[in-house]
Amino acid sequence: MESLTLSDFEQKYYSELFLSCDVDNTKKVASNGKVLDLFRAAQLSPEVVHQITELCGATRLGHFGRSQFYIALKLIALAQSGLPLRVESLNSVRDLPLPRFVMGKNEQETRHTIMFADAENQGPYLPRPPGRVQAKKVSAHEMIQPCVPTVDPQPDTTSPVVSPHQSPPTSPHAWRKHKRQASGGNVDRQPSVPGVVWPPFREAQPGPVTGEGMWSAHSPPPVQESWVSFTDTPPSSTLPMHPPSAQPESTTVRTVPSAMTANEIQRQTSGYDDPWKITDEQRQYYINQFKTIQADLTGLIPGSAAKEFFTKSKLPILELSHIWELSDFDKDGALTLDEFCAAFHLVVARKNGYDLPEKLPESLMPKLIDLDDSAGVPEPAPEVGFSASPVEVTPNKSPSMPSLNQNWPELNQSNEDTAIVHPVPIRMTPSKIHMQEMELKRTGSDHTHPTSPLMAKPPELSDESKLAATIKFPGTTVGDGYSSSDSFTSDQEPISSAVNRQRSHSGTSPEGLKVVAPPTPPPRPQHTHSRSSSLDMNRNFAAVPAGPQQPGVVAFPPAVPPRPLPTQTSVPHGHRSVEVDGLPAHTSTSPQQMPEQPNFADFSQFQAFAVDQPADDGEKPSDSGQAERCAETAGTMRTAKNDVQSEERNATTVNSAKVSTPLAPPPKPVRRRLKSEDELRPDVEDLPQKSNVIATVLATQPSIPRSIGKDKKAIQASIRRNKETNTVLARLNSELQQQLKDLLEERISLEVQLEQLRPFSHL
Amino acid sequence: FLICVAIRANYPLYIRSVPTQGELKFHYTVHTSLDVVEEKISGVGKALADQRELYLGLLYPTEDYKVYGYVTNSKVKFVIVVDSSNTSLRDNEIRSMFRKLHNSFTDVMCNPFYNPGDPIQSKAFDSIVSTMMVQAC
Repeated sequence: MESLTLSDFEQKYYSELFLSCDVDNTKKVASNGKVLDLFRAAQLSPEVVHQITELCGATRLGHFGRSQFYIALKLIALAQSGLPLRVESLNSVRDLPLPRFVMGKNEQETRHTIMFADAENQGPYLPRPPGRVQAKKVSAHEMIQPCVPTVDPQPDTTSPVVSPHQSPPTSPHAWRKHKRQASGGNVDRQPSVPGVVWPPFREAQPGPVTGEGMWSAHSPPPVQESWVSFTDTPPSSTLPMHPPSAQPESTTVRTVPSAMTANEIQRQTSGYDDPWKITDEQRQYYINQFKTIQADLTGLIPGSAAKEFFTKSKLPILELSHIWELSDFDKDGALTLDEFCAAFHLVVARKNGYDLPEKLPESLMPKLIDLDDSAGVPEPAPEVGFSASPVEVTPNKSPSMPSLNQNWPELNQSNEDTAIVHPVPIRMTPSKIHMQEMELKRTGSDHTHPTSPLMAKPPELSDESKLAATIKFPGTTVGDGYSSSDSFTSDQEPISSAVNRQRSHSGTSPEGLKVVAPPTPPPRPQHTHSRSSSLDMNRNFAAVPAGPQQPGVVAFPPAVPPRPLPTQTSVPHGHRSVEVDGLPAHTSTSPQQMPEQPNFADFSQFQAFAVDQPADDGEKPSDSGQAERCAETAGTMRTAKNDVQSEERNATTVNSAKVSTPLAPPPKPVRRRLKSEDELRPDVEDLPQKSNVIATVLATQPSIPRSIGKDKKAIQASIRRNKETNTVLARLNSELQQQLKDLLEERISLEVQLEQLRPFSHL
Repeated sequence: FLICVAIRANYPLYIRSVPTQGELKFHYTVHTSLDVVEEKISGVGKALADQRELYLGLLYPTEDYKVYGYVTNSKVKFVIVVDSSNTSLRDNEIRSMFRKLHNSFTDVMCNPFYNPGDPIQSKAFDSIVSTMMVQAC
């Protein structure tokens, strides 16, 4: 087949004709019957038609493919202009007028008639899809005549009806109808319309338009045109201009209101690059229709009203349902103005025979103006935006969600940074303390020591004071902490001093808090925090003494349950001086407390262990194995201690071994974590100090060192550590309790057996 | 295989099965499962949204499948029948499937052109169910 170059409007026209002939909707082949009808309508002699058919190769192929069709059309144009039919002339002749067909577009009409049961006046209801009406109008008498391009090839400014650069007019039928409709007042414009129609059409599509492109381009135009007649208008004196050739079917067609003509023509334009774009005129029309249902343009049309309105279009319910699904963007059962316009547009399109898309085209997507932040999808949103916008819409529907979602990832990320992963509930509100802690954790080394005193601090501090302390924290400790995070380990003194101060303030903590100067603005809070409660405690403690350096911390009552501090406190009091010197004294006291503090002896035990560890393992009557285990990890000491103590408490020596053994492994993993932290510590000596500090802190009331942030960090770390131990110990406790129960049951069973055997003993 | 059914007043509004053969058997299964669902929702006065029921009792020697049920607050029942050999389907997945079904069903209901009681012919609903079933199988 020879290559065929078509001018723009030629191409458009041809593709439209092809579409009309494509009754089977194959988009590839025009049915022979239709094609032949069309050719006959060209008012050419049969032999010419036959020749044309041969030339275009249809006879060869046996059917009219698109290219054949186009060639045939061009040949027809050639013939009509009196030029000899030659293949060479296909491309050589320029400015060939488009072929003219007299015959009405029956095919189109038949297509549309289905939809429109009665295209007659339906009163002020929804204007019938123009397609139908127009099709009918066009039928039989329509001159499917391409607008005479020669009339006014570049009439950009000519027709006021068709604004230049508007999307191309649909098909000849389109302006044909306008002609009809323009019976009233636009008659004068008619002649120019065609000319106007095509050039804008061409201009709108500067680029090469492929057949397919044309196809899509044509789809909206018909939509437009049909849409145009989608008004409820009295039957216009439609065919004043056209010889009313047999019009059996033109019955209902004339209902297009003349008044709409101008607008219609304008509305014909559609975003040429976007078949689904709504033109201004269309939009205006839709808006007017919207007003009839709902006066407030920013309001919503309820579903029932919309249902009635669109039912008037006589589309099948199924299709209306589909249109609704597409257009109700936010799935609220009501239509906003944008949604309504989209729905209307889709109805119009459907009426014109265009299949409904599977998903809403970009240009029809409603502007999510109400939804601000993430939902700011512009109307010409990309296709991807369509799927994305619902996602955006949804979060907007629940505004709280996005913030929550955002917070969680942040928290998770920050948590990952820390060496310690505590299964502590995360607080949503960022706090300086958390940031600080995270930093502490990251640095790793310092935590144990400095934090131990913090951790050990008894949460005795009244909530109020704590809160007050935390409140005062903002800005202070964190900043300090950050700056001095690295220097923790070396710094026991400040901690001790802090602890001292804490103790001193224990009694007067509230006053102390009051004395604290207002903290400086906290540094940028991190959204991370592992142990909010522990942090707060740190804050509380640290802030009180630290004073004006606390970062902004959300005050909340520390979650750490009060340790059995009464006894402990007594011990730490002995260790008032958190100096390293105090350690031995502290340790000495701790063992004493062991028997009195079943559950909390761990700390003292830890301390003792920590101290004793290097010194004497055999101090504890527990299994040496345990001691060894403790020796393995600094942390294990504590649990081993716990084991030992619990054993003793249980008084079930039989179980002691059992207990100790199973218990030892469980704490180990926990211990390992602590151990890793401990390992970070440069020297083991810190351990005793730490334990000492722990005891001290435990014992003392929140005498938070109000010195530097480092202390706070240390304290926080220690608090955190203590919390860990707490959990571990609690677990151990529960396990031991369980074992105790088992043993008791055994005992009972044994006793029962004994009872049973006893009678026999008498025999 | 996988079958999803939406039932309202003991009449199926929507049935979809992935292997389209042998549908009748699934229809029967679904129908019998309705009895169990009714039993559950009448017995438990509190929670209407009985998210799931596991029908492990119906294990035939030749065929074995699990039937899951879900009831909305408006007494619309959803039933999913899955092949027992499809062990990859966890309870959470079934729950999420029901949740999706429920959401899609709500969207269908919101459509003013849909009359409750009509068979569900929404393309959106179809697409969601198809996606779900493809994921599950």
